[in-house]
Amino acid sequence: MWTDDIPLFATALGETGIMVGVSGLLSLALGLPLGVLLVITHDDGIWRRPVFNRVLGTIINAFRSTPFIILLVALIPFTRLIVGTTIGTTAAIVPLAIAATPYYARVAEMSLREVDRGLLEALRALGATRWQIVREALLPEALPGLLSGFTVTLVTLIGASAMAGAVGAGGLGDLAIRYGYQRFETDIMVGVIVVLIVIVSAVQVGGDRLARRLNRRL
Amino acid sequence: MSDAIVRLESVSRAFGAVVALNDVSLEVRRGEIFGIIGRSGAGKSTLIRTINGLERIDAGRVVVDDSDLAALDEAGLNRVRRKVGMIFQHFNLLSMKTVFENVELPLKLAGQPRDERAQAVWQLLDLVGLRDKATVYPAKLSGGQKQRVGIARALAGKPALLLSDEATSALDPETTLSILRLLKELTGRLGVTIVLITHEMSVIRAICDRVAVLDHGQIVEQGPVWEVFGHPRTELTQRLLRTVRPPLPESLERDLRRQPVAGGRCLVRVDGSGAESYAAVLALLASEPGWQTDIVHAEVDRVGGHPLGTVTFSLRYRESPLRELLATAERQSIGLEVLGYVDG
Repeated sequence: MWTDDIPLFATALGETGIMVGVSGLLSLALGLPLGVLLVITHDDGIWRRPVFNRVLGTIINAFRSTPFIILLVALIPFTRLIVGTTIGTTAAIVPLAIAATPYYARVAEMSLREVDRGLLEALRALGATRWQIVREALLPEALPGLLSGFTVTLVTLIGASAMAGAVGAGGLGDLAIRYGYQRFETDIMVGVIVVLIVIVSAVQVGGDRLARRLNRRL
Repeated sequence: MSDAIVRLESVSRAFGAVVALNDVSLEVRRGEIFGIIGRSGAGKSTLIRTINGLERIDAGRVVVDDSDLAALDEAGLNRVRRKVGMIFQHFNLLSMKTVFENVELPLKLAGQPRDERAQAVWQLLDLVGLRDKATVYPAKLSGGQKQRVGIARALAGKPALLLSDEATSALDPETTLSILRLLKELTGRLGVTIVLITHEMSVIRAICDRVAVLDHGQIVEQGPVWEVFGHPRTELTQRLLRTVRPPLPESLERDLRRQPVAGGRCLVRVDGSGAESYAAVLALLASEPGWQTDIVHAEVDRVGGHPLGTVTFSLRYRESPLRELLATAERQSIGLEVLGYVDG
């Protein structure tokens, strides 16, 4: 009976949830400040630091251009240093967060760049400090875009977390590989795909709705 | 406290090879509305931005409310900026904040406690007539309403000086008038000094006390509005003024000929400032019944307390008396111009 597989799916779903959730929050917490830095230190930003901007951009690009599966392996020593182990769900969170952070930094940068320059000038004219400009204008004005970008990042993370099965991280991808592929249990493979489609759709639709609700420009 | 609230001394600013401001000097007195007019690219925006330090200068001195901006660090500049309001052509309201929050923002930035802020915001919203829009987001407002919010926000820090960067250029004529009226009212009620830049002479004429004409980064003419309007010294000013000179009615324009008509009449226009011109012309014409004077078109306004405008007379055409009349007018420096000739 297919219901026998429910505990299997529940465990895998939980593992994926933890991997995506924790690494998602980490990439938000680290990527957003990086995105802000990229925008404000740019040549036309409110805190021009051209050299810093170029160095930061280069580092971010380096991480972005490394395929996740390679990053996963390359980061093994670092992962051991941080969480003390190199296998399992916790260990997978480290490379996932490190891959998603520069991704989200670029996505956030794009949204932040679209904030009308006139608004930033108005804040300067009001005597706002740089930090006040970021807090009162840059971040709130870009909020819908930042949220949509986070949705995209989560969806990407769901995909990447399947690869983390390679380090024994568990999760839906691991389930599909071990049962679906290696043991020829096609129904499990199909089941995993269906579950992934449902989760990704739910995240995307939910994110879009929230972004639309928060947008005051409509 | 000196009489001048803003003083620019030989200010220059260049962007690469492009000279935006070239040796600009001007003084804005407390309580007046000072207009800066010029075509686009004349350097107006750069000029007004030097006054609150949004634009740095290459040479010269900018003194605002007795402090030399060059001597201030970023924190000092921010203190000055909190005492200088600014409104913008595109309003620049925060779209994710309500009308109330937009007006509240300057107070929040200055670190005022929340409960003190609310009362001030309601007062400002009353001042611009938008109390009922407090919880609305800017996207739901008309252009005129947005600019009223902009004005309320600019006034929140109780500034002594308000900078207006083409504040009415994105508005229709009727809304423009209501915003200008509001600005004029503010100078009276709050004693705010206003420096505005515009490319429209009608704005200068409506509310300014004094005007500076900016061309290629240089001030080419400066003075009380009635004087500049009445005796424009440069070709640019004359060209800008043409936009506010009422044209002749179409019916007159159509019949106008370039050459005199035997037994016909001629149209002469007096461009004047100061009651003297009109009185002098009337006296000249009245002393000679042979002119059979008739007034065919007139539009005289009061600008800054001085009559200003044009009067067009129709006179019986007689060659040599007309030549004499023009010569006399020129001797008395009265702007008298022959527009053309019509059938009798």
